[in-house]
Amino acid sequence: MKPLKEIESRFVPLPIENIDTDQIIPARFLKATTRDGFGKNLFRDWRYVHDDEQQPVAGFVLNQPRFSGEILVAGKNFGCGSSREHAAWALKDYGFKAVVSSFFADIFKNNALNNGVIPVRVSDAFLAKIFSQDAEAVIQINIEQQTITILLTGEQETFDINPYKKTCLLNGYDDIDYLISIKDSIEKYEAARK
Amino acid sequence: MGATLFDKIWNQHIVQQVNDGPSVLYIDRHFIHEVTSPQAFNGIEKRGLPLFRPKQIVATADHNVPTLHQELPIRDELSRLQVQQLIENCARHGVELYGLGHPNQGIVHVIGPELGVTQPGMTIVCGDSHTSTHGAFGTIAFGIGTSEVEMVFAAQCLLQTKPKQMRINIEGELLPGVVAKDIILYIIAQISAGGATGYFVEYAGSAIRKLSMEARMTICNMSIEMGARGGLIAPDETTFAYMEGRPFAPAGEAFTKKVAEWRELYSDTDAAFDMELNIHADQIQPMITFGTNPGMGMAINDSIPTYESLEAESEKANLKKALTYMGLQAGQSLLGMPVQHVFIGSCTNSRIEDLRLVASMVKGKKKHPDVQVLIVPGSQEVARQAKREGLDSIFQDAGFELRQAGCSACLGMNEDKVPAGEYCVSTSNRNFEGRQGAGARTLLASPLTAAAAALTGIITDVRTLL
Repeated sequence: MKPLKEIESRFVPLPIENIDTDQIIPARFLKATTRDGFGKNLFRDWRYVHDDEQQPVAGFVLNQPRFSGEILVAGKNFGCGSSREHAAWALKDYGFKAVVSSFFADIFKNNALNNGVIPVRVSDAFLAKIFSQDAEAVIQINIEQQTITILLTGEQETFDINPYKKTCLLNGYDDIDYLISIKDSIEKYEAARK
Repeated sequence: MGATLFDKIWNQHIVQQVNDGPSVLYIDRHFIHEVTSPQAFNGIEKRGLPLFRPKQIVATADHNVPTLHQELPIRDELSRLQVQQLIENCARHGVELYGLGHPNQGIVHVIGPELGVTQPGMTIVCGDSHTSTHGAFGTIAFGIGTSEVEMVFAAQCLLQTKPKQMRINIEGELLPGVVAKDIILYIIAQISAGGATGYFVEYAGSAIRKLSMEARMTICNMSIEMGARGGLIAPDETTFAYMEGRPFAPAGEAFTKKVAEWRELYSDTDAAFDMELNIHADQIQPMITFGTNPGMGMAINDSIPTYESLEAESEKANLKKALTYMGLQAGQSLLGMPVQHVFIGSCTNSRIEDLRLVASMVKGKKKHPDVQVLIVPGSQEVARQAKREGLDSIFQDAGFELRQAGCSACLGMNEDKVPAGEYCVSTSNRNFEGRQGAGARTLLASPLTAAAAALTGIITDVRTLL
């Protein structure tokens, strides 16, 4: 994974709660055997009428050119439901580097982090503040400082991130690198249990 | 202070602690299937790593498989390629595969327990959120993403932060017509679709103790639907009796020795939980969902909430969005509403006991002519057992379509889909938008309530038929 320290971008607002991973990427697109190319099917059934790319749903935010950016901002309990990592791959492939919400489902949170997509949990009040911004507003997410800032107003909040995961993100390490490095301990554990 | 059941299993599986970080948790059993494993196999091969402990992995094909003519090549090209890739990956890496046509094939969360691969005290993972099912045996079992599947391939371990713990106590006797599915739908409706996020849930109390293993699996299965990482139930005599004689369970003296170990798996009386919830079994009615997440459920003779009854604007918006999709009105009752489909199956309700429940309702009767009824056993073994008991002819006589094992219309990855705009009473676990096919409208319920709808063609309080 590439090291990731800061994201500064406009944002895409999706003020809907309980967005499940079946909405992020419907099951019929899970037949691929690689991690690439899921972005075009991100939120597929909210984006198009009858699954037809010629018929975009005008009201859906991904079809509104005035909204763009690397940060998706969504209502609480984002990523609930199926464990499919394809949801994180689809967000990443579409170009999102962070999702901001007031609450994340556990499995999605891990899947996102394992793909360098940062789940940034903010308070309900801060989430409402972001939703009230103009489409041009720029959000800055600093992983080192663990801060999220609305640049125009200077309003800022800190967010939690597991210190281990933070080190991984900042340096581009992943869990497999770590686990391989402690293989001796794992083998010792196995031997002791027998 | 005492330890919880969860603490006891967790502590036994910690290899080491990362400084200022998560625990290295050892994984005893790893189940894989065709949809969430190919990228993990690719990943590990790209890194030039072997599978660390291939003998601790069991594979099956379930999500993507047809439920008709499994002896023929899969017609859908992408599905066929995905299933083929699983076959090749398992062969190359020495993983036991119960693929299409194998007598042990079936839904991963049905075959694991059925074969005795799932055993009390274990840690179990699978790239599937319903892995929580295996918690019914007193295991720490949870769903993981594909990157984590790759981690378990590489090192048989995962980096995990210990979750908070919740206990849900259910005491007393269940009312007639109320079964395990109603218990869990009731709990989720109380807690909401995200209310247990960050927690592992232990289900306890006299009502749980009286349940069969199949019923306990139904409850643990849907733990994820309230956001919980997993759910578990302390093993007891019911568990040991179920385990005995299973193909992969220990036998003879080894079994007796294991049972003695398993008897230690319970929460100490002075163990502390971060949250506890107490429910009287007689509060629970037959349940049905009306919305687009499993938390949007109610007693079948209740009415959908009105907007006025909800305080938060966000709750009103959620209800409006859900009811618009479902084509339903706030404040309405569902009783008497015509449905076009009934689906009996999925890792929640496709075990032999579920099929027996359905058969007990429909024996000697015919389905309503306007309803299509699909009944999909969870495994080849469930299908064989159903046949031994003569359930297959009961279903056929009733006009049900009895299919071959797989996930089927629970998630609509194969041909088994519900058409847009039509209603399906489903024994599966998710009523999300488009879950059973684009535009499909899912009403989650128990096998009894599904059988009742199959007979009458309308949403029916099963107690009127008992």
